[in-house]
Amino acid sequence: MCGIAGYCGQGVDPEEAEALLHRMTGAIAHRGPDDAGIHVGKNAGLGHRRLSVVGIADGHQPMASVDGGLCISFNGEIFNHIELRKALAAKGHVFKTTSDTEVILHLYQEIGADCVTQLNGDFAFALWDAPRRRMMLARDRMGVRPLFHSWHQGTFYFASEVKALLTVPGITAEIDPIALDQIFTLWAPIAPRTMFKGIAELPPAHLMLVEGGQTTIRPYWKLEFPDRGDLGTTRPQEDIAAELRDLLEDATRIRLRADVPVGSYLSGELDSSLISALAAPLVPAGLRTFSVTFDGAEYDEGPFQRMMAEHLGTRHSAVACHADDIAESFPQVVRHMERPVLRTAPAPLYLLANLVREQGFKVVLTGEGADEIFAGYDLFREARLRRFCARQPTSSIRPTLFRKLYPYLPGLAQQTPAYLAAFFDVEPEALGDPLYSHHPRMRNTAAAKMFFSAELRETLGAYDAAEELAAGLPEAFSRWDPLHQAQYIETSFLLPGYILSSQGDRVAMASGVEGRFPFLDHRLVEFAARIPPNMKLNGLREKHILKKAAKDLVPASIIARDKQPYRAPESQSFLGSQAPSYVSECLSPAAIRQAGLFNAPLVEKLVQKGQRRPMAGFRDNAAFVGILSTQLWVDSFARKPASGHLKQTAA
Amino acid sequence: MASSVETAIRAFIVENFLFGDESYKLTGETSLIDNDLIDSTGILELVTFLEERFSIRIADADIVPANLDSIARIDAFVNAKLGESAAA
Repeated sequence: MCGIAGYCGQGVDPEEAEALLHRMTGAIAHRGPDDAGIHVGKNAGLGHRRLSVVGIADGHQPMASVDGGLCISFNGEIFNHIELRKALAAKGHVFKTTSDTEVILHLYQEIGADCVTQLNGDFAFALWDAPRRRMMLARDRMGVRPLFHSWHQGTFYFASEVKALLTVPGITAEIDPIALDQIFTLWAPIAPRTMFKGIAELPPAHLMLVEGGQTTIRPYWKLEFPDRGDLGTTRPQEDIAAELRDLLEDATRIRLRADVPVGSYLSGELDSSLISALAAPLVPAGLRTFSVTFDGAEYDEGPFQRMMAEHLGTRHSAVACHADDIAESFPQVVRHMERPVLRTAPAPLYLLANLVREQGFKVVLTGEGADEIFAGYDLFREARLRRFCARQPTSSIRPTLFRKLYPYLPGLAQQTPAYLAAFFDVEPEALGDPLYSHHPRMRNTAAAKMFFSAELRETLGAYDAAEELAAGLPEAFSRWDPLHQAQYIETSFLLPGYILSSQGDRVAMASGVEGRFPFLDHRLVEFAARIPPNMKLNGLREKHILKKAAKDLVPASIIARDKQPYRAPESQSFLGSQAPSYVSECLSPAAIRQAGLFNAPLVEKLVQKGQRRPMAGFRDNAAFVGILSTQLWVDSFARKPASGHLKQTAA
Repeated sequence: MASSVETAIRAFIVENFLFGDESYKLTGETSLIDNDLIDSTGILELVTFLEERFSIRIADADIVPANLDSIARIDAFVNAKLGESAAA
């Protein structure tokens, strides 16, 4: 796990190349505190910061092939590197190191750019093919590892994080207002767009070739589901659960491959409990587990975490996250995420990674991904219930089920069926919309746009983020089961755009901690996609087949517990008397006016409302956290924009 | 001429759901739900306000869009409630 950076093209003076690469990699030193290296070739350069996990003694990077023709800078892990190495050795390849990095070099020599299809791992890499004068970039299927790029004056630059690109002379941070609109609708920008105008992200499961001043980008893998009505299998549930468990066990086993100890997150939910249960017997020295706890029962899962740790006999450490910890860390968190967010949930995970690092660990397994591929999120249940209500729109009984769906939202418990039906958009006319499953979330989120400034609104015009998302859906999408459609949107969009980045790689790598995600092994993702929808979401019971697979491994009380989504205290973290001074500075009318993105008097009222009593509603909290993080983003990256800058940067 | 009830309701909505944005075209018939001015928590804020401001009791069954989804509907609903308590 590491950070990479580099360039190709004629715009870098050979005399300046080393200094440039040192600057770029220096900006992402947190990703790789163990080692650093650069390689300067003719019109190309690669830089690397290393977090040593595999092949510690001989895995220095950038790494060149024996003949010197190829050079790679690699971030991530190839979990099947042992099997690939064996197969390549049988074909006569001679390896000089024990690292997984070298396997990619040999595999590229063997089959070229399509080598990525053979890799089972989480990766982002750049490979310079000197004889062909071609730079290849690639990113893992699910989007675990980040990779950004930009053209500047005919030269192509890339890096694991945007902050490295901002050290290139002439590349500057300018806000892309469309990206902000996307975040305030969908929680994340639609890749390849980023918050930075002119800086793009390589989308997950894509490879990019830069050759002769031209780029080609193409997907090498796609998430696909069977057509609606095609059950895919008639096998009994028990068989499917058994195969699921075998696959998950193997996905966990190969993710324990490392030359350093591997720990595990333990949230108290089924997913990380199951991963820890599968990992524990495979760690002879005893599995170490880590978690975060909160002050209030509304957020805290400490009792379940301790129960699971005792059940497995792991040595467990927890970091207590208090409201002021969220406020204290938030500016750093925004700097690492490099994008605004509408929730504070990344902050506790930032603190958790810090704990892991303090305890001497740099690799952890997590349960992330299970909710996407086995339909665990409330959104999937909500969408099914909305369809159920829409079939009988006059029913006053059906909408009362929404209360059961969100027992942790006090605002819903007292609502009448008429209001529940109105809030959850159960109109039958909307059923054909491809984004039907996401309507309430998008609508509640977009309500926070009421705080946009007149200037920003004018710049955005009639732009509609949801329309852009819908336009990019694959052709087969309309033939899939509604549950699969909703899963596709979550898995291919929110997972890489928010969960794996803002709540994943970026906050973990801030402390040099690598997360590994057994549920996101592509073999398991493909297998799960073929499981009939009703085995995943059985009635309104989420992750049904996964629970079956977990039944001898995880205590029944954890399997049976109501799902508690991972959440953290929102606006109240920033509004107490102990709040750090940056909060009022960032949200002051002067600061809001200077950034020009939000309506200063309205923001002032929002802050006052939160000061009077804790904000309970989603819209108010999302707006508050979204505005604060946007202001912090501007402060960190795009300070003092010139007047009228939005008009100049309109896409 | 707006009644004092209507004026108070409008002021509450502008302050709490529009954050003081006077430029918003909020007519008596503007739907609070369709225009995303109110969410499930907002309904409860509204009900609490009405109960406290006008000293009325609102039964759970009365918390429906037909009574509360626009200034005109809230005004009519509150006035009916006030009439009930005056008659009682």
